[in-house]
Amino acid sequence: MSEETKASSPKQPLLDQYVKLITEKVGETAIKEAYINEVNSHMPSFIIDKELWHDVALLIRDNENMQFDYLMNLSGVDYESYMEAAYFFYSYTRDEYLAIKVQTERDGGSVPTVMDVWPTADWHEREAYDLLGIGFTGREISRILLPDDWVGYPLRKDYKPYDEEV
Amino acid sequence: MGLNLEGISPAEQQELERNVLVTSLEQVKGWARSNSLWPLSFGLACCAIEMMGTGGSHYDFDRFGVIFRGSPRHADVMMVAGTVTKKMAPLLRRLYEQMPEPKWVIAIGVCATAGGPYVNSYSVVKGVDQIVPVDVYIPGCPPSPAAIIYGVNKLQEKIRYEAKTGKKVPIENV
Repeated sequence: MSEETKASSPKQPLLDQYVKLITEKVGETAIKEAYINEVNSHMPSFIIDKELWHDVALLIRDNENMQFDYLMNLSGVDYESYMEAAYFFYSYTRDEYLAIKVQTERDGGSVPTVMDVWPTADWHEREAYDLLGIGFTGREISRILLPDDWVGYPLRKDYKPYDEEV
Repeated sequence: MGLNLEGISPAEQQELERNVLVTSLEQVKGWARSNSLWPLSFGLACCAIEMMGTGGSHYDFDRFGVIFRGSPRHADVMMVAGTVTKKMAPLLRRLYEQMPEPKWVIAIGVCATAGGPYVNSYSVVKGVDQIVPVDVYIPGCPPSPAAIIYGVNKLQEKIRYEAKTGKKVPIENV
């Protein structure tokens, strides 16, 4: 991504405002990366440190310049070297979109739950746990789609079904 | 099941005119069972829509004595219509075991037959015959109501055939 396209994005001032807010209210280390996702309607996007994610979550819901009251989607991604939880937000009052990504390690990695911030996260977090094995700390978690005694996480890239050739 | 009317002796002809038929008890049971197949409607996916269509007034399953039941205790035949997931499989097996004898299973569509388009999925049972014994397979994705009626006819034929010959696999089909 070149500096030119960044400067040309209509959402750049908004992104800068968010960066300033999060840095001031939560901490310097909260944001790992901030960028504009041009192909997705110039959506402001952040990669947030997982240790500070819960504090950031409360900020982006409650701060009057953020007000992201609606968690549209939460999904897990397997990047083979690490796992990622991706959150997509909408603000009904401000008509703005926001993407947050939180990265964790592949083996036994976990991110803090945001179920207490957006209750919608409950089933989404269970799905990410069920299919990708991303842990969520600070809540009870169990499988949602697969049987409770299932072994493995089928949406991981290296998953092999035991009856592949049947 | 054809009725052989050739080679009837005059004595037999006389009996027939008095509406007397001679047969075995097993064959009467087969005749009765095959004409009152009450299925457990096991609709799991899009095949269930075709099964419902077959039950509706246009194709009218009732004229074959096929009357859908909501309880496995009432049912003679389990029509598995749709994709069976591994989470559903134990429940399907339990419902099969809850059905009273004699009982049969029809696998409707390619999913119930062999996994169908989901054969490479981690969560789909590759054919319902891995859990319960299947009598008739109806191919199609989904099979049309006419195909489902044909499958039911095949099962009726099988019930009458087995009543006549006993439950065994014919040598030429082994």
